[in-house]
Amino acid sequence: MVKFNKLKLGIFIACWLPLLWLLLDIILDNLGGNAVQAVHIRLGDWSLRFLCMVLAITPIQTMTNWRGMAEYRRMFGLFTFFYATLHLLAYLVLDHFLVWPIIATDILESSYIWFGIAAYLIVLALAVTTPKWVIKLMGKDWKKLHRFIYLAAGAAIMHYFWQLKGNLAEPLFYLLVIILLLGFRVLVSFKNRVVSRLMLPKGRR
Amino acid sequence: MIIKTKKTIPASEITDPYVFKERRKIIKALLALTAMGSGIVPVLADNKPRWTNLPESSFSADLMTTPSEIIENYTNYYEFSYNKHDSTKLAQQLATDPWSVEISGEVEKSGTYFLEDILRQQTLQEHIYRFRCVEAWSMVIPWVGFALGDLLRKAQPLSTAKFVKFTSVYRPEVMPRQKQNNMLEWPYSEGLRIDEAMHPLTLLAVGMYGDTMPKQNGAPLRLVVPWKYGFKSIKAIVKIELLKKAPTTSWNKFAPGEYGFYANVNPNVPHPRWSQNSERLLGSGFFTPRRETELFNGYGEQVAGLYKDMNLRHFF
Ligand code: HEM
Repeated sequence: MVKFNKLKLGIFIACWLPLLWLLLDIILDNLGGNAVQAVHIRLGDWSLRFLCMVLAITPIQTMTNWRGMAEYRRMFGLFTFFYATLHLLAYLVLDHFLVWPIIATDILESSYIWFGIAAYLIVLALAVTTPKWVIKLMGKDWKKLHRFIYLAAGAAIMHYFWQLKGNLAEPLFYLLVIILLLGFRVLVSFKNRVVSRLMLPKGRR
Repeated sequence: MIIKTKKTIPASEITDPYVFKERRKIIKALLALTAMGSGIVPVLADNKPRWTNLPESSFSADLMTTPSEIIENYTNYYEFSYNKHDSTKLAQQLATDPWSVEISGEVEKSGTYFLEDILRQQTLQEHIYRFRCVEAWSMVIPWVGFALGDLLRKAQPLSTAKFVKFTSVYRPEVMPRQKQNNMLEWPYSEGLRIDEAMHPLTLLAVGMYGDTMPKQNGAPLRLVVPWKYGFKSIKAIVKIELLKKAPTTSWNKFAPGEYGFYANVNPNVPHPRWSQNSERLLGSGFFTPRRETELFNGYGEQVAGLYKDMNLRHFF
């Protein structure tokens, strides 16, 4: 059984809000002239946002020295998978209505989708290896596998960049976020001694 | 001649404009109640249309047209913003009256004319055409306009006129992307080969749905070339030049590997980063599959001859 404390419950509920908001917009016909695309884009955006939140956990943990954040990483990770799955389903069902020959051509000819699929496959692999018993079973390999989250983030950013016509502001923002988060990890692991000492509270230096 | 495209849009696939409007009214009322902002900006008040009983072009396709609210709210206008919602709002600041157009270059009679004077000499018709954007969505639009060729002939092109260059208005005061000198080379410009320009399908449009052109859709005068991707159909035209050589065009200059001079709709030639094989017909709802894109956007019977000895993969 999962035990929820109040904060965790609050965050768990908040993770459903983007979906609720989207459903509300669908019901109110609030999505403009290309509602199919709007739904699809909204879900893609939220997949990427959750992915960024997953990556933010470790740096926050290091900086605040707050134990127990790993649970949130796991929760955000599963929501990344959840929204990415809805994003994929929206593409297959809402947009293409499962007309496979057209889907096949579309994917083959759209290189930006390849990056999306790569990101999704990684997120999928990470999601199916979340149960506690799998973590135990995998031992050290689990950590190695879950480092691929950075590769997923890179692929997701490429997926975003590669579909644009020239307006780079939004994907650049996410790229910056991911570089910062990855940069932090790299710094920490390479200069472990110095940096982690600076980050630790005074008494523990 | 009526263009019979093989697959017309089944009535079930597209919302009847009346039903669409009614549905929107109900939704608007709901929205007012919930005090939430609608994603769609109401741009035009419900005035009487400017033209009634326009003759129908013989090229008009026998298709259900896309609701005007979609056409008016889902359009690119990069001079204003890269975002369709913002550009629609900002475009309202463009003053379009009075408007004059310069016709020059390889012609006997060059000059600058008021749009109203040009219109007095042309017979306006309604032209129901398919419109296919390079972003893989499409519409069916009832344009009000006249054949570009009719205007060009009045200027008497010289035999040296091989291409036509179109230039959009340059108004950095109201066009933020021009002011910041962002992305494309401004003013926006486009071009056609002379035979493409003289083709009877090629229009200069001044309105749609029997009414004046909404500003965001290219008022007061825009080009419509239905067998090419939408970015060829330049908006707010102030200059038409007949040239000996092919002009440079905005998108082609920005990304020559992605946007060709011809830009004919072609499902077999993907954009380097995405497929052009299918399109989302706007107005069709959820769970409606995409429409398979047709070569020359379904106008092959009329225009394929213009390109008969050309490798369309090379001249994309
Ligand atoms: C973890 C995996 C994924 C993430 C994080 C992701 C994220 C995104 C983002 C951020 C966008 C752009 C939204 C915008 O324009 O603001 C997008 C668009 C898109 N994604 Fe994904 N995506 C993922 C997987 C996939 C997969 C597996 C597919 C298809 C098989 C896919 C297909 C698309 C398509 C077609 C678009 C373009 C939508 C449009 O503009 O019409 N994505 N995605």
